[in-house]
Amino acid sequence: MTTPAFEAVPEAPQIAEASLAEPGAWKRMPKKVWVGCGIVLLYLLVALLAPVIAPYDPLAIEPANRLASPDMAHLLGTDELGRDIFSRLLYAARVDIPIGFLGALLPAILGTMLGAIAGYFGRWVDTAIMRTADVVQAFPAYILVIVLVFALGQGAGSIILAFTVLAWVIYARIIRGEVLRVRDRDYVQAARVAGLRKMRILRVHVFPNVINQTLVYLPNDIVFATLALAAFSFLGLGIPPPTPEWGAMIAEGQPFLRTNWWFATVPGLVIVGLGLGLSLIGEGLEEGLRA
Amino acid sequence: MSAFLEVRDLTVTFRVGSALKARLQGEPPPDLTAVDGISFTAERGDSIGIVGESGCGKSTLAKAITGLVPVASGSLHLDGEPLLAKRARATMRRVQMVFQDPSSSLNPSLTIEKMLSELLRVHRIVPVDKVADRCGELMELVELPRNLLKVRPGRLSGGQRQRVGIARALALEPDVLIADEAVAALDVSVQAPVLNLLNSLRENLGLTLMFISHDLAVVRYVSDRVIVMYLGKAVEDRSTSELFDDPRHPYTRALMAAAPKFGVKKAPGESALKGEPPSALKLPSGCRFSPRCPIAAEVCQQREPDLTGPSPIQRAACHFAWEARGVPS
Repeated sequence: MTTPAFEAVPEAPQIAEASLAEPGAWKRMPKKVWVGCGIVLLYLLVALLAPVIAPYDPLAIEPANRLASPDMAHLLGTDELGRDIFSRLLYAARVDIPIGFLGALLPAILGTMLGAIAGYFGRWVDTAIMRTADVVQAFPAYILVIVLVFALGQGAGSIILAFTVLAWVIYARIIRGEVLRVRDRDYVQAARVAGLRKMRILRVHVFPNVINQTLVYLPNDIVFATLALAAFSFLGLGIPPPTPEWGAMIAEGQPFLRTNWWFATVPGLVIVGLGLGLSLIGEGLEEGLRA
Repeated sequence: MSAFLEVRDLTVTFRVGSALKARLQGEPPPDLTAVDGISFTAERGDSIGIVGESGCGKSTLAKAITGLVPVASGSLHLDGEPLLAKRARATMRRVQMVFQDPSSSLNPSLTIEKMLSELLRVHRIVPVDKVADRCGELMELVELPRNLLKVRPGRLSGGQRQRVGIARALALEPDVLIADEAVAALDVSVQAPVLNLLNSLRENLGLTLMFISHDLAVVRYVSDRVIVMYLGKAVEDRSTSELFDDPRHPYTRALMAAAPKFGVKKAPGESALKGEPPSALKLPSGCRFSPRCPIAAEVCQQREPDLTGPSPIQRAACHFAWEARGVPS
């Protein structure tokens, strides 16, 4: 058999792992990502411009005009203290959205880093981090939040801290699995052969290729954090009154569901809307990155 | 005078199963010997091919030489300097590797330029202001257009990626380049140019090339000398022309018979090799090829043959290798 004398022919580019770092990646994203972004942007805008849009002071009490039905003066009526519900809804965005975003972002950062370290270094580091995760997960979440809120006092800070303590576990698990998948890839081996330091390999060659999963999960987690905040406020563990907050507003409106159904329903719909927008982003990112 | 690259009795073992369980049962810990006492030497500019079936330990041998897997026993020397599993960065640099699968051998989130310049900077191969120039030179060296430097691997074809993989290895100016199945994943039409590139780089840069493959035709094309491996051991170590003209080990002959040839129809039932290689955990007694060997005799089950022959690059590990052909005593 003689040696083959082939000529090079042009080949088609191979399909690689999708990465958000790639320039064309955002163009391939499905429409729902942009619809979701639009919805979320609207909420952010409302939160930002609440003082400009809101017709009334959200804390201004008007005892003569309690539980009013919607009319031109009060678009969504008033609550049992005579406060304008529409204005309170707008102002509540300034409480719920930052807490929801921070309450998801901080655990995402913490969990991603711990998961990456656990997966890459393995051995006792892995054991220590993942057993801690087991302990956190084994603990009933709501009880932990209640304990923390009682220990640290009601307020945004303790809520965010509680979320961080609880939610990092999910990110750590996801990212650890991803790192285990990427760790033995040839490009990581090549970096080792080239004599690069472990932390550098983790930072440059492993981390950017596992971070996608965090980005996919993050929007869903913001939904969860916002809903959880609403639930805690509903139970009286969240933001103390009189600050407007969507979950607390649902709780306040609940006794009047028969007569003033919009009182509790509209804040609920507002939360659903934000959740929808974020879910669309999360789902779309997942589809776009898988393609 | 010692050789440039000297591999002596290199053995790599992997722990399989539970060592604790074995100890409780009073047995030695279950180790799998992936590379079993390989010895060879190579000079600057040599091109050595390593062939064998999958699972014969050829990739593990490569990884042991690069330092990716620890060595159980034996020694490795480059230019008189020992190559340890934990080696200094400057030593690490001297042995580089081209990987098999071009789709997973390049970091998908880095542009080619970022990837190459990271290595140039970390190893201080060139002054910082010359890094960009050197990246371009490396691209020219592997016959790729410079404008691909700005691109991420996702946009490259398999052959282009493999060239980038070669450029990455060459960026560190190694003395030894190990190509582990470097063309196995490429289309046949792209294999030849990549092989030609490796050949010319070896000549121009004086690299010692270790080319690992299961494909005899490819090894024959790039190597001056071939080591045939079977179950972790070298069974034949010959110059390429001699090996292909006159294979001495029955396993080598079987491998050659198994390679498909154009225009030659195999007679039905003429199977070159019977069965699968035995598990490396339960090696047969005597010669490890004897259960599948067409010329196995009684001595083969009793004594393992040494890798010997008339000269260091005329060696075969078979009791009958250097006897008159076809007459096993």
